[in-house]
Amino acid sequence: MNDPIVSARGVRKSFGHVEVLKDISLDVHAGEVACLLGPSGSGKSTFLRCINHLEKIDGGQLWVHGERIGYRRAGGRLRELKEHETSRQRASVGMVFQQFNLFPHRTALENVIEGPLIVQRRPKAEVRAEGMALLERVGLADKHSHYPGQLSGGQQQRVAIARALALKPSVMLFDEPTSALDPELVGEVLDVMVQLAASGMTMIVVTHEMGFAKEVGDVVHFMADGSLVESGDPRQVLEDPREARTQAFLSKVLA
Amino acid sequence: MTRTAPDRLDEDLPVLPARYTGRWVAAVVVAGAAVMIVYAMFTNERFQWDVVGQYLFAPPVLSGLLNTLLLTAVSMAIGIVLGIAVAVCRLSANPILSCAAWAYSWFFRGTPLMVQLLFWFFMAALVPKIVLGIPFGPSFFEIQTNAVISPFTAALLGLSLNEGAYMGEIVRSGIRAISKGQTEAAKAIGMSRAQTMRRVVLPQAMRVIIPPTGNETIGMLKYTSLVIVIGYSELLTSVSIIYSRTFQTIPLLIVAAIWYLAVTAVLSVGQYYVERHFERGFSPVRPVRAGRNSGRPSGPAPAVPAAAAASPAVELERLK
Ligand SMILES: Nc1ncnc2c1ncn2[C@@H]1O[C@H](COP(=O)(O)OP(=O)(O)OP(=O)(O)O)[C@@H](O)[C@H]1O
Ligand SMILES: [Mg+2]
Repeated sequence: MNDPIVSARGVRKSFGHVEVLKDISLDVHAGEVACLLGPSGSGKSTFLRCINHLEKIDGGQLWVHGERIGYRRAGGRLRELKEHETSRQRASVGMVFQQFNLFPHRTALENVIEGPLIVQRRPKAEVRAEGMALLERVGLADKHSHYPGQLSGGQQQRVAIARALALKPSVMLFDEPTSALDPELVGEVLDVMVQLAASGMTMIVVTHEMGFAKEVGDVVHFMADGSLVESGDPRQVLEDPREARTQAFLSKVLA
Repeated sequence: MTRTAPDRLDEDLPVLPARYTGRWVAAVVVAGAAVMIVYAMFTNERFQWDVVGQYLFAPPVLSGLLNTLLLTAVSMAIGIVLGIAVAVCRLSANPILSCAAWAYSWFFRGTPLMVQLLFWFFMAALVPKIVLGIPFGPSFFEIQTNAVISPFTAALLGLSLNEGAYMGEIVRSGIRAISKGQTEAAKAIGMSRAQTMRRVVLPQAMRVIIPPTGNETIGMLKYTSLVIVIGYSELLTSVSIIYSRTFQTIPLLIVAAIWYLAVTAVLSVGQYYVERHFERGFSPVRPVRAGRNSGRPSGPAPAVPAAAAASPAVELERLK
């Protein structure tokens, strides 16, 4: 099998005395869509944030594209990265937040091109053309000059996806991308994600949309209390879970 | 229980605007009072309006005004830059920087501005020579403090350092008003801390920062008159020099007041435009939904294609 894009080995994370991630190990391979399920507070968001180094792990190892997140080799040892060095690592990881977090003072297109323009310092004309193409891809080319406040939640989230894609990441992280949306707007965001998965993007998706996990996911990881309880084929995990905790969770969610 | 007959939708009744009798009464009272005040001021001989007119555009008054404007503009500009630096240091993870910023604010907000001005002006008495060089080693550059500290530089130092402490608090509150999600989104697209501050946080914080900064600027316009104690001739100093000679105190103070009011009016208009600039993207705000179950009040049908509202499984069928 090919090398994994994201690889976690014994990842630990505590907030104060509370251990939020306990010994998480998993691999996500190129082109794979991995869905992370689990009850509230189980550490799903925290795990995603560690992958993007928004949180620092306290133990274990985390690799993205063969690079150790947060460290670099210095002789025979590992040197902790400085802020600007982690910024570079982050650019290869796209992140989509539950609350969208678009920049409210910039138009849809400006949001999308902010990374390429400011972080990658690429020429404006080129970046604009790419940004428009991305907005086209999420079905919002006609809204390019709208401010986030003038867009619906679903439209904002699609702009946020385009913004993350603009840096041409090798993996996309989604943290409950549809949880803040009115039910009738969920579909338009899932559509975009389905297309993205079909285009071969590597994705890690925290979601409560069981339909999405089952239909689009290549693998499902179930987390509870900071531990990885069960991983496997979506149909197997969702329809015939082995672990008692998975069964309990699913019976509540699917009830 | 009796009920009035329900309005019928098809009834075509004439519409009358609501009546606000109280507003009319208030308007008459206010207008009357205003007319009386203006009348009393302009018919009272002792206001000496002819003297006011004579000095309003007198060269010493205008040059004082110019100095006031210069001092206000430069002190505010330095104060704002210092304020941003102080706020960023104060919020930094580096404990030394944040303590230093706190101490700065504490000192400059905690001592009277007048004392600070005098202090800078008499600095030569404390520190006769300013020396640039290696500490305890050779010096490259030496200058007499008196040569550097003129009334203007002392005024500038006093006003801007003091202003920096106040602006620091204003900027800090503005920065803190921006949600953590914004900085995280900026980090997630690989922005450095400085880029995040400059491109994401400060432009949004400006909405919170501008109104109190407008206050500070207008305040500064009048605080500049304190420099009278170190003999820098701004507007109020200039008129006081004139009235101490001619004893026309009231009309000359009116001259100064008129200019302060005029400049304040201009500054207020400027503030309006600056506020409007930073209001970009915020004006017609549609709030972000807090939770998934927050039902939308039944309104017009959602402008989402039916297929999009259906389950993703339907979409999958289409893709295959
Ligand atoms: N910055 C923080 N400081 C302290 N505790 C935190 C912090 N962030 C998260 N936690 C705690 O870590 C635990 C895991 O949180 P996390 O947000 O990862 O859960 P989650 O699985 O994403 O839950 P949800 O489905 O509600 O989003 C929770 O108990 C939470 O209270
Ligand atoms: Mg979460």
